[in-house]
Amino acid sequence: MSTAARNRHPGINLGNTDPHTHAQAEETLFGFWVFLMSDLVLFALLFATYASMIGATDGGPGPKDVFELSSAAIETGVLLLSSLTMGMASIAMKYKEHPTRLYGWLGVTLLLGLVFLGLEAHDFVKMASEGATPQRSGWLSSFYALVSTHGLHVLAGCIWLTISIIQLAVFGLRSEVKLRIMRLSLFWHLLDVVWIFIFSVVYLGGLA
Amino acid sequence: MPTTEGWWPLLFGRLSYDALPFYSAIATAAASVVVLGAITVVALITYLGRWRWLWREWLTSLDHKKIGIMYVVIAMVMLSRAVVEGSMMRAQQAIALDNPGYLEPEHFAQLFSTHGSIMIFFMAMPFLTGIINFALPMQIGAREVSFPLLNSISLWLTAGGAGLMMVSLVIGKFSTGGWSGYPPYTDAAFNPGVGPDYWIFAVTLSSLASTMTGINIAVTIYKKRCGGMSPFRMPLFCWTSLCTSVLMIFALPPLTVATGLLALDRYVGTHFFTNDGGGNMMNFANLFWLFGHPEVYILILPAFGVYSQVISNFSSKILYGYDSLIIATMCIAVLSFTVWVHHFFTMGQSADLNAVFGIATMTIGIPTGVKIFDWILTMAWGRVRFTVPMIYSLAFMVLFTVGGLTGILLANPAIDFQVHNSVFLVAHFHNMLIPGLLYGMIAAYTYWFPKAFGFRLDEWWGRVACGCWITGFCLAFLPLYPLGLMGMPRRTQEFFEPAYLPYTIVAGVGALFLLAALASLVTQLVVSIRRREELAVPGGDPWNGRTLEWAIPCPAPEYNFAVLPIVDSRDAFHAYKEKGTAYLDHRFYSDIEMPKNSMTGVVFGIALAAASFGFVWHIWWLAVLGVLVAIAAPVARSFVLDTTRIIPAEEVRRDHEAWLARLRKLPPADRAVETTPQNRGLAEAAAA
Amino acid sequence: MVALSSLVLLAGCGSGISFLDPHGPVASTQRDLLFEVIAWMMIVVLPAIVLVPFVAWRFRRTGNNKSYHPNWQFSWPLEIIVWGVPVVLVCILATLIAGKARSLDPYAAIPSDKPPLTVEVIGLDYKWLFVYPEQNIASVGVLALPVDRPVRFRLTSDTVMQSFMIPALGSQIYAMAGMVTELNLLADRPAVLMGQNTQFNGLGFQNQKFDTLAMPQADFDRWIANAKQAERPLDQDAYSIVSEKGKLADLRSRFDFDPSKGLIFSSVEPALFATVVARYRPEAAHRHESDEAKGPAHKGHDHANH
Repeated sequence: MSTAARNRHPGINLGNTDPHTHAQAEETLFGFWVFLMSDLVLFALLFATYASMIGATDGGPGPKDVFELSSAAIETGVLLLSSLTMGMASIAMKYKEHPTRLYGWLGVTLLLGLVFLGLEAHDFVKMASEGATPQRSGWLSSFYALVSTHGLHVLAGCIWLTISIIQLAVFGLRSEVKLRIMRLSLFWHLLDVVWIFIFSVVYLGGLA
Repeated sequence: MPTTEGWWPLLFGRLSYDALPFYSAIATAAASVVVLGAITVVALITYLGRWRWLWREWLTSLDHKKIGIMYVVIAMVMLSRAVVEGSMMRAQQAIALDNPGYLEPEHFAQLFSTHGSIMIFFMAMPFLTGIINFALPMQIGAREVSFPLLNSISLWLTAGGAGLMMVSLVIGKFSTGGWSGYPPYTDAAFNPGVGPDYWIFAVTLSSLASTMTGINIAVTIYKKRCGGMSPFRMPLFCWTSLCTSVLMIFALPPLTVATGLLALDRYVGTHFFTNDGGGNMMNFANLFWLFGHPEVYILILPAFGVYSQVISNFSSKILYGYDSLIIATMCIAVLSFTVWVHHFFTMGQSADLNAVFGIATMTIGIPTGVKIFDWILTMAWGRVRFTVPMIYSLAFMVLFTVGGLTGILLANPAIDFQVHNSVFLVAHFHNMLIPGLLYGMIAAYTYWFPKAFGFRLDEWWGRVACGCWITGFCLAFLPLYPLGLMGMPRRTQEFFEPAYLPYTIVAGVGALFLLAALASLVTQLVVSIRRREELAVPGGDPWNGRTLEWAIPCPAPEYNFAVLPIVDSRDAFHAYKEKGTAYLDHRFYSDIEMPKNSMTGVVFGIALAAASFGFVWHIWWLAVLGVLVAIAAPVARSFVLDTTRIIPAEEVRRDHEAWLARLRKLPPADRAVETTPQNRGLAEAAAA
Repeated sequence: MVALSSLVLLAGCGSGISFLDPHGPVASTQRDLLFEVIAWMMIVVLPAIVLVPFVAWRFRRTGNNKSYHPNWQFSWPLEIIVWGVPVVLVCILATLIAGKARSLDPYAAIPSDKPPLTVEVIGLDYKWLFVYPEQNIASVGVLALPVDRPVRFRLTSDTVMQSFMIPALGSQIYAMAGMVTELNLLADRPAVLMGQNTQFNGLGFQNQKFDTLAMPQADFDRWIANAKQAERPLDQDAYSIVSEKGKLADLRSRFDFDPSKGLIFSSVEPALFATVVARYRPEAAHRHESDEAKGPAHKGHDHANH
């Protein structure tokens, strides 16, 4: 089956381990990549909006007044780690290791995602309590829009993870379930990439 | 009466009896038309006992052809409303010299806002999406699109947005901020009412739908082509559809961001585009036109594809300069992202920046000009038949050139400083969109109608409609060019310069022709349905077509092709006919797997439309409920694994052979009788 | 096309409303440029418009033509013409754009031996307020200008975005809250010219017009002197009345004036324009103050809370 083993899409291919699903993945995964590009345009524009509003503090607090590097750094660590565990989940799925491994990696990823969201929510509450609400200035509006759009994506990813774990339990490792986990993993890695930009541009840039 | 306390606001938000359109006779009449129309349709379906049929055969269908047809139905309904609105504005301006006329300023402002929003988002977009959906999979030899369910979801989001536009006619008042909805005018500080919210949500639903459509079409073209259909063998319509879908993927997110941030300004009190608090309205202009300019090409490229198809078909000749046309299309698609600043040369940026964007804008004129000449050369040394789609194409080529000329004028910042915001601009974009887009879409509707329903449209009424669209356009919009040069601003409900009046009166007469054109289209449809037996083309090839969709019966079976074709040249069906292999019995048939119906799209679209209505009126329970249902619907669907059904090979074979048997008894039709009942859909192969 | 150009020529009939009947160097350059670009464009527009009906008719099916080449689909010489001519044309037009973009830049001062007159323009809902800072007067609904002297407009808005335009003089430019844009124009002969807002800003939009009175310097001086006699200062109270949403004519209930001659104020609260800009941009106010502290015009200036 050398033809089946050919890579049909960027990212982890199932190849010979599941030729049937591998063939189906070509169209589905390609479509998902296209969607991710469109999603990336959305983030790019939110970044552009943020960049154009960096000075628009309207006499209110600026980055140096409200950002805490330590908190953002921990969030970065958590999210990067979750990308690693998501990668491990993909590998576990591809090589059909014992499903408990797949459950385990997906579970850890979900947990890390939730921790990330908790930390971010904590940051927001703290900023708001210091008067740095989205309504305070154009800069804060654009900050919240950018970071919470990413947060909402992570939340969507967490819901997706939960559903995947349930479907794994209900249906077992069927083609449909595999294809969904493959797309979820692309989605999750993209969020990681976006976050790295947020950390660099918003937090490091703001505190520099 | 409702109050702001107690249970009323919890249940109904800021909805109150005042929202009903009894404040003016015209508003009441318009709302009555909508309500009575809806009641009539519901009553008729109930009387005919067709609800179950409608639900099974249409609303929940994932068949790309049916979805395409439903898009076109939405587009036609919305076209009717928006043409009437446009005519009302022309009528107002025809009498508005020192005269408040019959439309209040607020009503006039709502009219230009709904007219523009509908024409772009709920007429043009659904029309071209429908045409692409219908024709494209057949042209590339596919049985379905890549993601049939996503297709249905897009359709129902569009339908939801269109529904919201219709509801805004009955409950509450629509925005007065134009189709571009510029803040700060549309911010809560200046327009706290529901109008801009209606605009935001209707447009956002359409925007999300189009993004998903773009993904779907692009993937279909990349991955679903039949054997031998290499990219450079695809019909040109497929290429323009590809460019349009790629533009949709990249150009719709800016619109979603613009409307999303404006919604945050209005609902949460943020400061993206406000006057104060560090907001910057110029960001909105940039975001909106970063969408808005590629949007222009999203609209026009599919029409270019249709013209390429029609001109080649009705000249009985291969398309001239196929590669050249593809390169031109690609150039247009790429350049369309580099010109958005020309929508606001007058915002105070540097002259050099304006010059760069002005030159980039003119550059787009090059590939567009190339296309016109390539089409002329396609006709040259052919045998041109003046059928309805061809007349539209000829009118398009002439009138579009005039629009191109004025486009080049507008691209020049120094001239734009004069004609920006004037009716010259209105004339220009109507010149691009009516002869460009609308003629193309009506040509496509006429051209592919037999493939959808099995019979041709009445030729005579088609010509009447065509004549009215052309006369109407020329009378209604060409006078706006001199008017604009004379300094008449757009969106003006009253004016005070006597010199304007003769022109606005001519434009008003033109609007009557446009109304007549609309009426002729409706008449054409009714007459054609009555004559459907006479006009039937069971052979499947009424126009001596060149591309694959004409190789199959009219109407096309659900699975399109009994056996997937294998092509070895451009204009594949034409080549089959030349070789005499067009209508072969196949030796082997296999089972065909087609998607089962799904109500996910219907639920999703209606839920988000309801949620939008909740947001508009601050009915928070409805908003939350709608969003939750919209999330739950695809999640629930993901637990359904049995999503396809099998059409047995035997059934496919039986149907196909029955069609072939019937086809062989049909009289071959010479092109001289193409538009007569003698045309049964079998072309006389040699008599081109 | 002939019909269109004759329509364009006819359009010059209206007096003082259009750049086709220019009253200044900017508008007349724009008119010349318009005709120049149209003329150049005829190189491709005319052939297209003539060829479409000609070719369609010449090669009609029912016609008696022997030359039918259904598979003819490409020709290098034709292709080079089809691409080459538009490319050359756009290059020519591009040089036109690049040249005129600079010379017609609204921000570029108009060359003249006379010093420019500064007029500060504040966009209000359905009327324009003109402040003459050097003369210390203001007007609504009427704008007096001396002929042959450049005018430098500085514009802002105290409401939504608007676009200020006197077509017979030249370009338009947006006025936006919290921001200052600039426009330079010159009237070269006396006339009454139509001025307006072209950006829809609400239900009184169509009434946001004003008369531009281009007059000889002596008449202008007299107009200013008369204005100073009006005994109607534009203080904060008067400004808040003027800036209320409504048409110029609506102000008749608050001030005694003839709408056809405009509402004139004999004096203006110092730095009114800067105050309006600063209302939306506190940080801009700081900048403005530091500018002003250096300059001479500082009397009667009282910003308490800093």
